[in-house]
Amino acid sequence: MITMSVPRFWRKQIARYNLVGTHCKQCGEYFYPPRNVCPACRREGEIEDFKFSGKGELVTYTVIHTAAEGFEGQTPYVLAIVQLEEGPRLTTQIVGDVEDMSIGMKVKPVFRKLGQSGERGMIYYGTKFVPA
Amino acid sequence: MRDVAIIGVKNTVFGEQWDRSIRDLVVEAGVGAVGDAGVTGEKIDSMFVGNMSGGQFVEQEHIGALIADYSGLAKNLHVPSTRVEAACASGGLALRQGIYSVASGMDDIVIAAGVEKMTDVPSPKASTALAAAADREWEGIMGATFPGLYAMIARMHMHKYGTTSEQLAAAAVKNHHNGQFNPIAQYKNKITIESVLKSIMVADPLHIFDCSPITDGASAVVLAPADVAHEYTDTPIYVKATAQASDTIALHDRRDITTLDASVVAGKRAYEMAKMKPEDIDLVEVHDCFTIAEICAIEDLGFAKKGEGGKVTIDGETAIGGRIPVNTSGGLKACGHPVGATGVKQAIEIVEQLRGEAGKRQVDGAEIGMTHNVGGSGATAVVHIFSRNR
Repeated sequence: MITMSVPRFWRKQIARYNLVGTHCKQCGEYFYPPRNVCPACRREGEIEDFKFSGKGELVTYTVIHTAAEGFEGQTPYVLAIVQLEEGPRLTTQIVGDVEDMSIGMKVKPVFRKLGQSGERGMIYYGTKFVPA
Repeated sequence: MRDVAIIGVKNTVFGEQWDRSIRDLVVEAGVGAVGDAGVTGEKIDSMFVGNMSGGQFVEQEHIGALIADYSGLAKNLHVPSTRVEAACASGGLALRQGIYSVASGMDDIVIAAGVEKMTDVPSPKASTALAAAADREWEGIMGATFPGLYAMIARMHMHKYGTTSEQLAAAAVKNHHNGQFNPIAQYKNKITIESVLKSIMVADPLHIFDCSPITDGASAVVLAPADVAHEYTDTPIYVKATAQASDTIALHDRRDITTLDASVVAGKRAYEMAKMKPEDIDLVEVHDCFTIAEICAIEDLGFAKKGEGGKVTIDGETAIGGRIPVNTSGGLKACGHPVGATGVKQAIEIVEQLRGEAGKRQVDGAEIGMTHNVGGSGATAVVHIFSRNR
């Protein structure tokens, strides 16, 4: 099963729930998922937290028919790479009709359940996207 | 740095091998390679073994020592044995580490092996283990699978370059055709473009026949300094280049979704080291974990212009007898993909071709061959160039 322990998930909970990443004050680059070291400036970089607007565009996607373990109940689901307006790209799911998906379409974030560690385990929430 | 040669090789059969364990497999390959080279255990200075996930597939770590032990190289000879891991590029990287140790002068006779025992867990668990080659925290947790990640590459490739599902399928059809002539191949059945397109959809646009299978298997080679290689064999195959490159672990962070920059850079480094160009290569084993991966690989390594990999494939330029034969072994698709072994198996295919021992899949007059082994969705690439001539 694609699951995580409670502390492992909790540690990045704010980033996952609220689309908070990081920003390098030195070069101006934005990062989501968050990074502690700027890949361009490396040691010279100055990293601060940054909350993204959530406005984004669909870069590419697939419709998953054979699910990852723990996602069987969700098939078919749309797995996608979304580019946020500030620049960074992330892997997410798009909620909506498969027929509506097209590369380049505008999307916006929604707070959704991602999965669950078995019947009594933790429920994971995070950010998916819908057509804007 | 010393020149290095391969003096012995051995693959196990690739496939679902319910009756054999990880240690059975790797011992058969190792003992076979040592026998092929005609060396004795006392001569072996060190060994490297590629293994992606013994921990998840058979709940066994410490694979290096285990293998030395069951090969009879631990208790009396205490041969140092190191496990190497770079997901599906583990085998290629184990080979590279072996080449380093001989080239450096620290060791003379070195075994480079790879093994994966994948069928001791049910397929969904195997898929989860493989998913650990991607970014677990930011791809896996969102429901990403490996077919899913490569499907996103495929859709982008189609969108940007007009690549078609038929062109993707042509790579699988060719590799199954080649696989029927390879005694170790998991699949020896011919398939057609129609049967690929009719097979079930795993992650749109990739069908199940666009995907490499789950496989048990092991491969091993014996390395020696080029200066003494002829003492062991009449047909040493020389290592002309070993190169490796890294890229972002997550697909979403790549410069270009349709290019594996790690493949491009590892390829460039290899061509520079060998002082060669793509035109000098007679055949290549590329990492076709999915059909789109083969299309990207032949573009990224310079055998087709970016965007034309699909066309080149369906036109037959990559078939045996074509302009640049690709995956004469059957590739990962038909020969099978025991992830830790694949990189070593690719090298063995080139060795057999350059020795002229490839039977019905022989590329006439092959003198120079290349291997290309990828970890994850492209975070590691390992490229080697081999030659019949020193």
